[in-house]
Amino acid sequence: MRPLLIQNVRLLDPAAERDEPGHLLVEDGRIAAMGDLLEVPEDADLIDGEGACLAPGLVDMRVQFGEPGSEHKERLASGIRAAAAGGVTSVAVLPNTQPVIDDPAMLEFVARRARQLKSVKVYPYAALTKRLEGRELAELALLKEAGAVAFTDADRALADARVMLRALAYATAQDLLVVQHPEEPRLAEGGVMNDGAIATRLGLKGIPAMAEVMMIERDLRLVEATGARYHVAHISTAAAVDAVRRAKAKGLRVTAETTPHHLALNELEVEGYRTFAKVSPPLRSEADRAAVVEGLVDGTIDVIASDHCPQDQDSKRLPFAQAEFGVVGVETMLPVALRLVHEGHLSLLELIRKLSLAPARLLGLEAGRLQEGAPADLVLFDPERPWKITEAGLTSLAKNTAFEGRLVQGRVLLTMVDGRIVHRFRS
Amino acid sequence: MESSFDLSFRHHHLLGIEGLQPYEIGHVLDLADSYVELNRQPSKKRDLLGGLTQINLFFEVSTRTLTSFELAGKRLGADVVNMAVQGSSIKKGETLIDTAMTLNAMQPDVLVVRHQDSGAVQLLARHVRCAVINAGDGSHEHPTQALLDALTIRRRKGRLEGLIVAICGDLRHSRVARSNILLLLAMGASVRLIGPPTLLPRAFESYGCQLFTDMARGLRGCDIVMMLRLQNERMQGSFVPSVREYFHLYGLTHDKLRHAAPDALIMHPGPMNRGVEIDGVIADDIDRSAILDQVEMGVAVRMACLDLLTRSMRGEVG
Repeated sequence: MRPLLIQNVRLLDPAAERDEPGHLLVEDGRIAAMGDLLEVPEDADLIDGEGACLAPGLVDMRVQFGEPGSEHKERLASGIRAAAAGGVTSVAVLPNTQPVIDDPAMLEFVARRARQLKSVKVYPYAALTKRLEGRELAELALLKEAGAVAFTDADRALADARVMLRALAYATAQDLLVVQHPEEPRLAEGGVMNDGAIATRLGLKGIPAMAEVMMIERDLRLVEATGARYHVAHISTAAAVDAVRRAKAKGLRVTAETTPHHLALNELEVEGYRTFAKVSPPLRSEADRAAVVEGLVDGTIDVIASDHCPQDQDSKRLPFAQAEFGVVGVETMLPVALRLVHEGHLSLLELIRKLSLAPARLLGLEAGRLQEGAPADLVLFDPERPWKITEAGLTSLAKNTAFEGRLVQGRVLLTMVDGRIVHRFRS
Repeated sequence: MESSFDLSFRHHHLLGIEGLQPYEIGHVLDLADSYVELNRQPSKKRDLLGGLTQINLFFEVSTRTLTSFELAGKRLGADVVNMAVQGSSIKKGETLIDTAMTLNAMQPDVLVVRHQDSGAVQLLARHVRCAVINAGDGSHEHPTQALLDALTIRRRKGRLEGLIVAICGDLRHSRVARSNILLLLAMGASVRLIGPPTLLPRAFESYGCQLFTDMARGLRGCDIVMMLRLQNERMQGSFVPSVREYFHLYGLTHDKLRHAAPDALIMHPGPMNRGVEIDGVIADDIDRSAILDQVEMGVAVRMACLDLLTRSMRGEVG
């Protein structure tokens, strides 16, 4: 492969706190040099960035890509294309497939399928408990050796306190990361949207906000007792943000993540029984949404992940209570999250940190930084360019976006994995 | 051009009380009044809806609402077909939208739909061309029930405005309560909600209702006592400990009724659970109970709704 020079870009590297104009040279799939004046090999290809931002490729630590078991909703191939279109160069896929990723052979199968596609890097999670049933621990150490980046029961909360205590304790031996879907299941049971005035008016069963903080507070006791690494997935409520904030102040090894939709939308989206706004955890009140933004800004929330959950038409064109949960989001994560920058909540560098470096560090990936010698996993994007999100414009097989018809600002122009272009925007 | 003085009913569907203006509600009630008179004649038949097809599509078991809609359609001359879908097509994998499209292809003019899921009737209405009347969707709305209740009250009390109405029982799961709350508040009545805390969502306060967990206090001085039905499955320890305890606290008895205005009217959407939410003696008290009036008003209100929603297809001005 010939060397490639990406010229005239704004280099964004959260690891080195770098935000300055310059150029970047890629050789043999890695970053060879960057900065102001570069010695460029004579045979190098050129890309003119025209002042756009060049950042480490995004790391999306929570996606479902349908394989194996739900290939009619999404495939690894279509999910990866969507990720590339969104500037995402690494994803972590949840283990709630059919069959469940709870043994090393299954894990290797997914990893091998993804490698064959030679594009966006796919890192599998493994189940925390066998069959995600919340009763017996999965073979955590063997799964780790097979390549599992973290352990979770995906969209199910590990509700049994004794099993959770043992999982956390056991995980400390290899310093494994345990990821929880924070929801007290008995309080959430049967619920389909945020509990409150809107649920009451629509006659829909609510999921109370306290279901989230209750599970987190219980877990934090167990984390304190065991010293384990614990990550709260898709946090959605003010009370839960506050619980994590206090735990961090106490020095517990706790991290948290939220999603673009919980940052951008509130429960009003459900009006008219819009099933494309049915997600787990549910879209919350405006006060909760604002508190999640605040938690992101003050560092309580470390990561933004898309929680990409593909659903086909048949799973969504149903009465609200019967419809499946979930929205796609891997390819709209950056533009939706950029709203935080445009509104002045975060600097561009801070946003990129939460979308790349922070999740990469959590999962132990060699990603998320612009560094000589690092893999050339890159995203070139124009943070200002406006466009409209439409179902027809989505790359993913599933079209269940919560942002249909919305205007956003920020467009991915080019995505590169190991120096190979995996997506290029054509206007 | 639409005239701002045109007091017609411009809706294509009747999906809920939400979205109706007070003058539109008044318009339905006025028209229904005339149908009450018609229904008391020996010959009750009109041919307004001659040639039109009305399908009553019920996904949930119902006797009185279905019969009421069937009678209403037949008295107006429509061809009425009843379709009970209790799980049969669903078991075969047909979705609600499939059902809607199938029926749409049969060219009905009015669909009367009851479904166990909130929002299901709205969903179905988006996929058919004909007029849709919501005959009850989940815990969401049951607009014709609220209209018939309003008609009952208006005929007995002469007005809605300024009355104090207490709605008692399972507010959490009741579509009848939601439609009634919206209608009564829109028409200027004040609404009190009475029930055990487990069945009384606090969110109703934001509507402008007063909430009570004590029956005697909630009933004090009220003009109308509307009892709601308590479903069997709610009584077995999950929301209330027992039928006995529920009746003790919230069952309507003469003793509790003493707190209401002396001429307070008692209403119940039916079917009643005698001895659970209402004492049988009160239900049968011909001076106090409007329960049979409600049934009579139901047919008239549904005739008015069918009349109004089919006017444009009959080439009449709404």
